[in-house]
Amino acid sequence: MTIADTPGGAGGDVGVEPRRHPGPAAEPTRRKKRSWAFLGLTPFAFYVLAFLALPTILALATGFFDTDGTITLGNIAALFDPVIVNTFISSFWLSALTAVVGAIVGAVICYAMLGARPEGRLRQTIESASSVLAQFGGVMLAFAFISMMGAAGLVTVLLKSTIHFDIYADGVWLYTVPGLILPYLYFQIPLMVIVFLPAMEGLKPQWAEANATLGGTRFTYWTRIAAPVLAPAFFGSLLLLFANAFSAFATAAALISQGSQIVPLQIRAALVSETILGRSNMAGALALGMIVVMIIVMTAYSFLQKRTTRWQR
Amino acid sequence: MSRAATGVRSAPTAGTRRWILAVIGVLFAIPILSMIEFSLRQGLAGGYTLDHWTGLFNPANASRYQVVWTGLVNSLVLAVVTVAIVLFVLLPTMVLVQLSFPSLVRLLEFICIIPITVPAIVLVVGLAPVYSVVAQIFGSSVWTLAFAYGITVLPYAYRTLQSNLGAIDVITLSEAARSLGAGWGSVFWRVLIPNLRRGILAASFISVAVVLGEFTIASLLSRQNLQTSILLMSQTDPYVAVIIALLALAFVFVLLLVIGGVGAAGQKGRRKTRTQS
Repeated sequence: MTIADTPGGAGGDVGVEPRRHPGPAAEPTRRKKRSWAFLGLTPFAFYVLAFLALPTILALATGFFDTDGTITLGNIAALFDPVIVNTFISSFWLSALTAVVGAIVGAVICYAMLGARPEGRLRQTIESASSVLAQFGGVMLAFAFISMMGAAGLVTVLLKSTIHFDIYADGVWLYTVPGLILPYLYFQIPLMVIVFLPAMEGLKPQWAEANATLGGTRFTYWTRIAAPVLAPAFFGSLLLLFANAFSAFATAAALISQGSQIVPLQIRAALVSETILGRSNMAGALALGMIVVMIIVMTAYSFLQKRTTRWQR
Repeated sequence: MSRAATGVRSAPTAGTRRWILAVIGVLFAIPILSMIEFSLRQGLAGGYTLDHWTGLFNPANASRYQVVWTGLVNSLVLAVVTVAIVLFVLLPTMVLVQLSFPSLVRLLEFICIIPITVPAIVLVVGLAPVYSVVAQIFGSSVWTLAFAYGITVLPYAYRTLQSNLGAIDVITLSEAARSLGAGWGSVFWRVLIPNLRRGILAASFISVAVVLGEFTIASLLSRQNLQTSILLMSQTDPYVAVIIALLALAFVFVLLLVIGGVGAAGQKGRRKTRTQS
């Protein structure tokens, strides 16, 4: 409403500025048109309220109620039960490990892409492949890894028959949390390529030239120019990868059918069986715990993102 | 090139590049190749056959694979409704905000990025009660799930549409059309939409790709879509489940390849017009 009342609007783009100072005569009709235009925003506003805001609030709020509808902090307190704490720890190390490895391998791919023609076929293929594979989480990814390294998988059998190496000598670990590492990397690395490539391309050739003119070596270029410039983008991407792994559900759900070793699986258990640790509405409390982690990570991400864009102009 | 020139280079040599990309490419190909190998296996006895592939398209087996076909049809319906939500709810809002409420651009962007922070597994906890109301209003047909999917695709659709919207001068275009006597209807349909064709195409394709791969919400709300049905199928006929997964993957790859092509063609076009002027 405030925008409709003030003719100039608050702040905004400089380029649009001159058009937003209509003469005094135009004022009443313009105001009328604005309030009509506001009506045009209602479908989207209503949609987002009903299917984004409401479910999020409901998800977070149910954690504070028990089955009778009375307010309780019991579910939140249950987040500190050793069983739940352990699932959070598993989620943390799985996300952190796949984020760090994914970020490093992804950055190496981005480095390899430096100097490739931006409109060349190689670039096109890598970008399309990355966007497909970053989306490839879930049931299909689980199938791929079962065919590859399930008990009768191609790689499992080949390793056993050729070099007599049994990857499952100590029992099959594909269907446990360590088994998720490789499948997660399969979508983490491509995501890193997508988010980090623009930053890598922001490195200006002039900086390398300036470095060479001033007598710097390739080593000084990478350590003293490229690394500081790329650091915010790299750590920002790392956080995004962490968030991506932390919130991933489908791959784990398809691979791990027994037990709930990570937080998203614990939420599944809470939703399906209604009770965990003898409590109802535990799903809401777990959702709250997840959201808190996600908000911290994504806030740090957007902070780093702001520093990144400084170099991309 | 002289030694000085090689000192200036920050990019790897062509040899290094090829080596890095080849190693990683091979590693990434192994799981896909394993899926293909698995789909050709005769059975536990060993040996290879095309039977699983041909059997899938044999009408005699239609009832056996009913689950998968139902799931596929459901997912296609969901994809269409989701694209409709993107094009008829999100897109007009974005254009309207750009035209009349420049100060709301940031807010809209913030709203559209929220689904990244609120993962599907969290959203689904709150969606269960919402859907009990939705079922009363619209019934419990499968297409209603698209309301949730519209939210899931919001960040992707917003980003692709916004990059197109930002590249054309919406205000100048619409004011030019208005001063030539066009009504708002024709400004939207005959001036803005044709200019946004590329963004619309890309946003639709990415939405289709995301919807076809969606598992979390469908699974936990006990609805049947492509992903939940291939998981179900894998318990009775793992070969067919893997074949469907391969086909879906190939389809999504082609979709995204087309998006890449559309984007690159647009960039080239823009560059060309810029040099001409």
